[in-house]
Amino acid sequence: MNNQTTRREFVITWIIKLSGYSSILFVSLIFFFLLREGIPALANVSLGSLFSTRWYPIENYFGILPLILGSLVVTLGALLVSVPLGLATAIYISEVATQWEKEVLKPLIELLAGLPSVVLGFLGILILVPFLRHFLNLPTGLTALAGSILLGLIAIPTIVSISEDALNSVPQSYREASLALGATRWQTIWHSTLPAARSGVLTAIMLGVGRAIGETMAVMMVTGNAPVMPQGLQALFQPARTMTATIASEMGEVATGSTHYQVLFFIGIVLFVFSLIVNIIASSLSTQQRKRAERLLS
Amino acid sequence: MIALLASCSQTGASGSGTPAKPSAYIQNKGSDTMVNLALAWAERYQQVNAQVSLSVTGGGSGTGITSLLNGTVDIANASRAITPAEIQTAKTNGFVPVEFTVARDAIAVIVNPENPVKHLSLPQFSKIYRGEYNNWQEVGGENRPIVRLSRETNSGTHVYFLETVIRLGNSKDKTIFSADTLLLPSSEGIIAELRDNPNAIGYDGLGYVTPDVKVIAVSQKDGGPYIMPSAATVNDKTYPIARDLYMYTHGQPAGAIKDYLNWIVSPEAQQIVTDLGFVPIVKK
Repeated sequence: MNNQTTRREFVITWIIKLSGYSSILFVSLIFFFLLREGIPALANVSLGSLFSTRWYPIENYFGILPLILGSLVVTLGALLVSVPLGLATAIYISEVATQWEKEVLKPLIELLAGLPSVVLGFLGILILVPFLRHFLNLPTGLTALAGSILLGLIAIPTIVSISEDALNSVPQSYREASLALGATRWQTIWHSTLPAARSGVLTAIMLGVGRAIGETMAVMMVTGNAPVMPQGLQALFQPARTMTATIASEMGEVATGSTHYQVLFFIGIVLFVFSLIVNIIASSLSTQQRKRAERLLS
Repeated sequence: MIALLASCSQTGASGSGTPAKPSAYIQNKGSDTMVNLALAWAERYQQVNAQVSLSVTGGGSGTGITSLLNGTVDIANASRAITPAEIQTAKTNGFVPVEFTVARDAIAVIVNPENPVKHLSLPQFSKIYRGEYNNWQEVGGENRPIVRLSRETNSGTHVYFLETVIRLGNSKDKTIFSADTLLLPSSEGIIAELRDNPNAIGYDGLGYVTPDVKVIAVSQKDGGPYIMPSAATVNDKTYPIARDLYMYTHGQPAGAIKDYLNWIVSPEAQQIVTDLGFVPIVKK
């Protein structure tokens, strides 16, 4: 009997272990595949032309710089939208809202997370793009800004739910102490609760960035996809072409093994490295949080 | 990743439905512009005629003709005419390729209905897309910036437009699209932006044009005559941005291949041409 239980436990432990390891295996296989397909690009295209400013692959212009910068501009713009809105929503839900408001707001925000990005893109083309052109008097509404706003909407649920968790885990005694010292409710939120949840909030923002930089469909539909080099702040109001949109729109027709194909995989590697960095920052922030919590307990 | 899978299924696609017992097998390869049309024809033909099994692949006009010369395909699709050099190769291989015009492809120049510009010459059009003209005033319109719209680089129309309009047919010209040209993933994207934005100019296959955008008359040279695109002006070759789409066979076709090519010029098959945004041929 006892022997049987240990054997069963042994099997179950191994199954769980394997599923845990399999995710590492999958990620490394994907990375290995990306490297195998993308690294030959470096042999066929010189580094100088790979990091030049013109992307027009059918005539062998393989400058990926406008694509990298395009992704960065759109993602940074998305942060400008999603951080204030997401953080304010999280603070409201965690610190201000009554119980029934919480019960309504939380599922609604989760619903936003479940909205397919192609639907957002469609709304973007039909409503947001014409609106931006009229409102800001731009030559066209198909701009990085339109992509940023949609990506902001996509990143908000991530930012809200993670930073709301972080705010909730701040001990109630902090708030009570602050209020007891005569601080107003706003002063308590801004000077005590939020700083205490800082690393969790930063993790939320980084995960939001990760969500935004990898998004494809909505961006492809509204940013105009022109591979222009961003020039200062103006870049937000001009069209942009992101790395994801480039891969999505060009991979379908490219001849397997051609230089263009290899460069597209190289862009995939760059994208992978970007999201790896973002995730590493996010997870290092969340371990910091644990250390602080441990310090508080001791 | 999805795009990758889609590409695998498309390049390897064969229009095989569930043919009862195919007695004839036709290999069809070539032009990427025509691949969707050729696939649609193949699928329909196999429903009509279950004895025939068709396999359709893209790869480009040159690839298709080369395969025909090597004898690995029965029908080559080409969006350009066969070159004298290719005919010579065919003769040394012991056959004469036979040309069939199966459809026509015309590009319509489209703007917002509010735009007062009625016509453009090809050189003006070229300068717009090269980035030399940036305001509608330079081509007789209002004082508005020009927003250039184009299909993505993977579209056959994009490449044809580059060669015929931007480079004006000069193969030594290496000019490319102005970098700020918006590359939209679909015809719908182009139409949606044109419908709303009076600054925009775009182009698309004639069949994709909807009534809520304005089609512009085009002339070969500055000063006219300006021609509106239509099935008639495309067929009598007066409209300057149109081309024939061809199929080439290994000598005079016979049997199943002959039947297939006869079916392609039938009204039923030419309706598919219209549905896919090309211009049907008119038999004289």
